[in-house]
Amino acid sequence: MMENKNLTIHLQVWRQENSQSKGRFESYTVEDVNPDMSFLEMLDTLNDKLIIQNEIPIEFDNDCREGICGMCGLVINGTAHGPKSGTTTCELRMREFEDGDTIVVEPWRAKAFPVLKDLAVDRNAFDRIMAKGGFITVRTGGAPEARSILVQKEAADEAMDMAACIGCGACVAACPNASAALFVGAKISHLALLPQGHPEANRRVERMVAQMDEEMFGACSNHGECEAVCPKEISISGIARMRREFWKAMA
Amino acid sequence: MKLDSKVPAGPLADKWDNHRFEMKVVNPANKRKYTLIVVGTGLGGASAAASLGELGYKVKNFCISDSPRRAHSIGAQGGINAAKNYQNDGDSIWRLFYDTIKGGDYRAREANVYRLAQVSNNIIDQCVAQGVPFAREYGGLFANRSFGGALVSRTFYARGQTGQQLLLGAYSALMAQVGAGTVEIHPRQEMVDLVLIDGKARGIITRNIVSGEYESHLADAVILATGGYGTAYYLSTLAVNSNASAIWRAHKKGAFFGNPCYVQIHPTCIPRSGDYQSKLTLMSESLRNDGRVWVPKNAGDKRPPGEIPEEDRDYYLERRYPTFGNMVPRDVASRNAKAVCDEGRGVGDTGLAVYLDFEDAINRLGRHTIEERYGNLFEMYKGITDENAYEVPMRIYPAVHYTMGGLWVDYNLMSTIPGLHVLGEANFSDHGANRLGASALMQGLSDGYFVIPYTIGHYLAGTELKQTSKEDDAFKEALNAAQERDQKLLSVNGNKTVKEFHRDIGNILWDNVGMGRNEEGLKKALVEIPKLREEFWQNVKVAGTAESMNKNLEFAGRVADYMELAELMAADALHRRESCGGHFREESQTDEGEALRDDENFTYVAAWEFQGLGKEWTLHKEPLIFENVTPSQRSYK
Repeated sequence: MMENKNLTIHLQVWRQENSQSKGRFESYTVEDVNPDMSFLEMLDTLNDKLIIQNEIPIEFDNDCREGICGMCGLVINGTAHGPKSGTTTCELRMREFEDGDTIVVEPWRAKAFPVLKDLAVDRNAFDRIMAKGGFITVRTGGAPEARSILVQKEAADEAMDMAACIGCGACVAACPNASAALFVGAKISHLALLPQGHPEANRRVERMVAQMDEEMFGACSNHGECEAVCPKEISISGIARMRREFWKAMA
Repeated sequence: MKLDSKVPAGPLADKWDNHRFEMKVVNPANKRKYTLIVVGTGLGGASAAASLGELGYKVKNFCISDSPRRAHSIGAQGGINAAKNYQNDGDSIWRLFYDTIKGGDYRAREANVYRLAQVSNNIIDQCVAQGVPFAREYGGLFANRSFGGALVSRTFYARGQTGQQLLLGAYSALMAQVGAGTVEIHPRQEMVDLVLIDGKARGIITRNIVSGEYESHLADAVILATGGYGTAYYLSTLAVNSNASAIWRAHKKGAFFGNPCYVQIHPTCIPRSGDYQSKLTLMSESLRNDGRVWVPKNAGDKRPPGEIPEEDRDYYLERRYPTFGNMVPRDVASRNAKAVCDEGRGVGDTGLAVYLDFEDAINRLGRHTIEERYGNLFEMYKGITDENAYEVPMRIYPAVHYTMGGLWVDYNLMSTIPGLHVLGEANFSDHGANRLGASALMQGLSDGYFVIPYTIGHYLAGTELKQTSKEDDAFKEALNAAQERDQKLLSVNGNKTVKEFHRDIGNILWDNVGMGRNEEGLKKALVEIPKLREEFWQNVKVAGTAESMNKNLEFAGRVADYMELAELMAADALHRRESCGGHFREESQTDEGEALRDDENFTYVAAWEFQGLGKEWTLHKEPLIFENVTPSQRSYK
């Protein structure tokens, strides 16, 4: 290991005691940051220091730390999941920053995602949308032999592209309208692209779109910010497909 | 107490069918009168909650995350096994059964493993119908790949995200039931205790992670699907919130713990780099389909890999195991990696790594094919190491990945506490002393979709349950005890953080109850662990209060449990004076350095009964009876 390559990082972190209280930015400095550290490991280091100093550590959601569970999500210098495209916050490494940088860290901000504490937000609105139709109805044990359903390779691949959504909510956080169109569009597209999803396609799109509005997500006006920050690089063609499915259902 | 595995009589292939007929059934109209608690929303928990809700039970499903979709089954990359024989390469239920029981080094129950192989095919049907986007070929049929310990291609996959896609399938089935009103989801709730009334599991105490409130939840039966205990090692491939607390607290209430020393150390992980590290990242075993594992022939050869000519390389797996080559089971691959590193032939800065090289595969198949198969894994590798594995070989090293041990359950998946059922990695049941790749997903979904929906009815229909409420003293006592424990953690106010203690207990386990174990090390661990536990309770520093969101307090409770569990793991490893699967006792090896079982003395499941801290656990033995396969020295040569 080479010495003296470690960074000093200044942070402006959003602190908020609970959903009712008013938040504020607090300043911290973290020294001796190894560039191979992940962003969250850098915050771990800061938290351990705060704990020893009898201060309250910063609350932030995270779990798998390998970019697949969708639990983490911070707005870093104004960008959901930070400066590196196609990655979650937990996959972001400190080598993306320079020695002496000041980094502003905020929670997802959207009416449908209330702040719980500090950087942790409530994303249960996504689950409520899923409960309205983000599934194919099939009783356990009632499925036909797998080989009886043929799926075109291209359709399976595109369905997989859409199914890759991790439900992190970055699309909502990045959207100037706080729209959930990419999240909902990805699920509708995943199921619409597969023959198994066809029988209840109309019902699905109607109900999921209605719940999306109910949850106070904004409308999509094609800014494309969602696609730009999506850690799984899901294309906004998913939103176009959702619209098409919606009009088909209305017809 | 005599352990009764409840394995049905009759020929192996008929046991499950016969048992399904013989089990008692709850009348559909009566199902809604029963409340079932399911803790955990991974493959086992979500599939169980969805299937039970669909049958008409009232289900309360709990998870620590903000959404059921986050459970760490989502991290599984490579695939799921099934005996479909779509590749016409000679696969069958019998072969999957045989590979699995052999892979587990003959330390699992025949009947359980056979049932697993039988329902593997139903799982694929179920998942495909749910819309899981498995990889397809141009004709519209399935693409399959092979995994370690098998000579057939029976693994179904969805890019490198199979666990994610299967979990999202189960989650969608679960959310459909939530929409239908049969399942209630309780997110951000941590189970802190199990409640017994009249000796039966009747509820749980949870702590609401957001408000800090403690809650009582009453039910007619409790199902734990809370995963394994690999995070006891501090660094592992598990999610950072994965923990052992639900099963450990159930153990302290009377559920026996089966084979705690059986831990899987996965051969293909990104090596550790520094002390700040919070987890290790797995590179799917599927990479060994096309990657070749090697180290320099000579110790101390520090040339960059590209400058080491063929004749100075040792493809040690291909050399030692010509039949299976790079596809030997995980325990064998891990042990061999450790052995070559111990010889001073390890690579990278730390010398604790081996190469996984794709040069030949890229030359043979073209970069495009490799990208299509493993693109996301190569990207993940680049993100972490800043190296391009298309150009330089990956560096890999083993890391703790899965625990085959867990709460002891009978054939019906019920623990030694009546009414407490345990699914998936949380139980000890199907993998013996080593789990084969792509079998964890299979077991989680088997338990949840196809076993518990039948066996829970059998329990409920045959059991007299006392009318009771959350006002019962058992709930009050458990709730008070949970509160007091948290207050005690907060009141120590010492000088050492929870993380430091976690790292310390993890190091003791890794050094002594890791890839190689011996009497001296295990005895040392059994002295060090209680000492560290004492220090923990005198010197830990936990931040904040219990009355708000406080991740540090949650972690403190979990680490306190590892301090106890670690002792049992070491004790079990010490008592098992044989090598089997992932449990390698250095005193017990063949002349060629392979794991040497002692069938005469150790063909049993070790189920440990808790007697109170500071006292020795009581060992109960469930003999393993092999009527259909003959245990032999496992060979992958």
